[in-house]
Amino acid sequence: MATPATVQTHRAAGTPLDSRIHVERRSAPSLETSEIVFDVENAEVFYGAFRAVRGVSMKIGKHQITAFIGPSGCGKTTMLRAFNRMHDTTPGARVAGKIAYHGVDLYGPEVSATEVRRRIGMVFQKPNPFPKSIYDNIAFGPRVNGVRSKAELDAIVEKSLRAAALWDEVKDRLRNSALGLSGGQQQRLCIARTIAVEPDVVLMDEPCSALDPIATARIEELMRELKTRYTIVIVTHNMQQAARTSDRTAFFTAELDSTTDQRTGVLVEYDSTAKMFSNPSDERTENYITGRFG
Amino acid sequence: MLDLRGKSDTADRAFRWIAIGAAGLVLLILGMIALSMGDRARPVIAEMGFDFFSSTRWSPPDTLYGALPFIWGTLYTALIALALAVPVSLGVALFITQVAPRWLKKPLIYMIDLVAVVPSVVFGLWGVLVLSQHFGLGRSFLTAGIILAVMITPIITSLAREVIETTPVAEKEAALALGATRWEMIRASVLPHSKGGLVGAVMLGLGRALGETIAAALVIGSALGQITPNPFAPGNSMPAVIANEWGEADDMHKSALIALAVTLFVITIVVNLIATAIVQRSMRKSRGKAT
Repeated sequence: MATPATVQTHRAAGTPLDSRIHVERRSAPSLETSEIVFDVENAEVFYGAFRAVRGVSMKIGKHQITAFIGPSGCGKTTMLRAFNRMHDTTPGARVAGKIAYHGVDLYGPEVSATEVRRRIGMVFQKPNPFPKSIYDNIAFGPRVNGVRSKAELDAIVEKSLRAAALWDEVKDRLRNSALGLSGGQQQRLCIARTIAVEPDVVLMDEPCSALDPIATARIEELMRELKTRYTIVIVTHNMQQAARTSDRTAFFTAELDSTTDQRTGVLVEYDSTAKMFSNPSDERTENYITGRFG
Repeated sequence: MLDLRGKSDTADRAFRWIAIGAAGLVLLILGMIALSMGDRARPVIAEMGFDFFSSTRWSPPDTLYGALPFIWGTLYTALIALALAVPVSLGVALFITQVAPRWLKKPLIYMIDLVAVVPSVVFGLWGVLVLSQHFGLGRSFLTAGIILAVMITPIITSLAREVIETTPVAEKEAALALGATRWEMIRASVLPHSKGGLVGAVMLGLGRALGETIAAALVIGSALGQITPNPFAPGNSMPAVIANEWGEADDMHKSALIALAVTLFVITIVVNLIATAIVQRSMRKSRGKAT
């Protein structure tokens, strides 16, 4: 087994491991200087007796895009859903360890899951607009959070659609069903719907996997714009996407537990995206990024 | 030479004809029912004309056959039944699908399906003994409405439950991820998604309530000529009249009872057509306009 040191000697730091992957040269804010949104300590997620993820510890910084990459079944989506308590709705699912959000334990006894999800929004793999009009899709979140005034709702709908770069395409048919939009438009509508409740964090679970390359490019552009106001955590199967968009990247993989014969997700390496894609410390990360595994 | 003839399609052809035959048989039976019933109902319509539907006097000795009180009784008891059964059924269906812990689901579903197979005469007798006598409701529109409600609740519940369970998880999570409570999620995702199917479930329950004979006959009171919105008054419904009077009816009286049956048949068909229209409209609406 090659040590990380051997890997480094072969390559000048900063050169991408895989020439097909372009890593943007941007100054990734370091975690020491930025405010910490999530502080995860030894988190584990169980489905009944099955441990899907174990021993995850990481810090996620404010106004950064953090990408979770890794092969299928490595627990990255499971981990993402632990950040806004989506596992609460799955019978038998349980989160252990500690996930602190701005210093508050997300799974503390006083914490309401609905309040958590209002602040920590989620965009899903498949666009999932409600079978309602475009307007009502955006207005749903503000309405359940107590906004009643028509003028206020109108303003929120326009603002959110503009922020999601969808306004010009739909402004003349806000009353039409959202299901008449294209897949890419639907996903941008879901992003607009998420930011309409003015969350602090937006979690994205493979938001582009059902979209074509043009729609994907639009969403990625949108993510970079949204980063100035929101903290984004994105799960992606697409390494180019992680390299293009994220500031920091976490690589997960599945380990076979020989005693139970179950595959459990673990966090292998977590660092700035530039470092992860040019000079990773762990051999498993390098193998995955260069396409030798996964 | 390449042989592309494949295996014999005798079985396919036979299946096709069996399927066509089965479908045709249903239409044939329906047509025969409509024809023979319509034919036997003709004498009373010839005698009474439109008065059969609008007159309130039903007096076989005077050959006066006005069916309006029975039409009223049928519709009124069915509406009472719906008003009671729909909220309960929806509540139970939502409880089973959205709220109940996993261990409670199966026994609940089983118990509700059990209610559906209780013979209607048992409900009727229970109505007589418990509602009419013990609770002093007497024989009335309300008593009949309550019994019918109990009878249609399991049908509406199990259909509603199946419809509700088809709501995609993604649509429910969309609402929850925006900070919606469980009830807000149900209103935003589950109910809009299931609307068409729920209307269908309710209409099926209505169909059953309109046609229910024996339970209604036992508790509705068999009073003649009552058209009143007073739920505590005794009345009568079309199927109950038919069941009660058929035994001692002469030819014209029989023709009148058959005409009642045809009227009931037409009402249920109309109810079903309306239900189908509502279901299709709501499905079209939720699919949205293609761009």
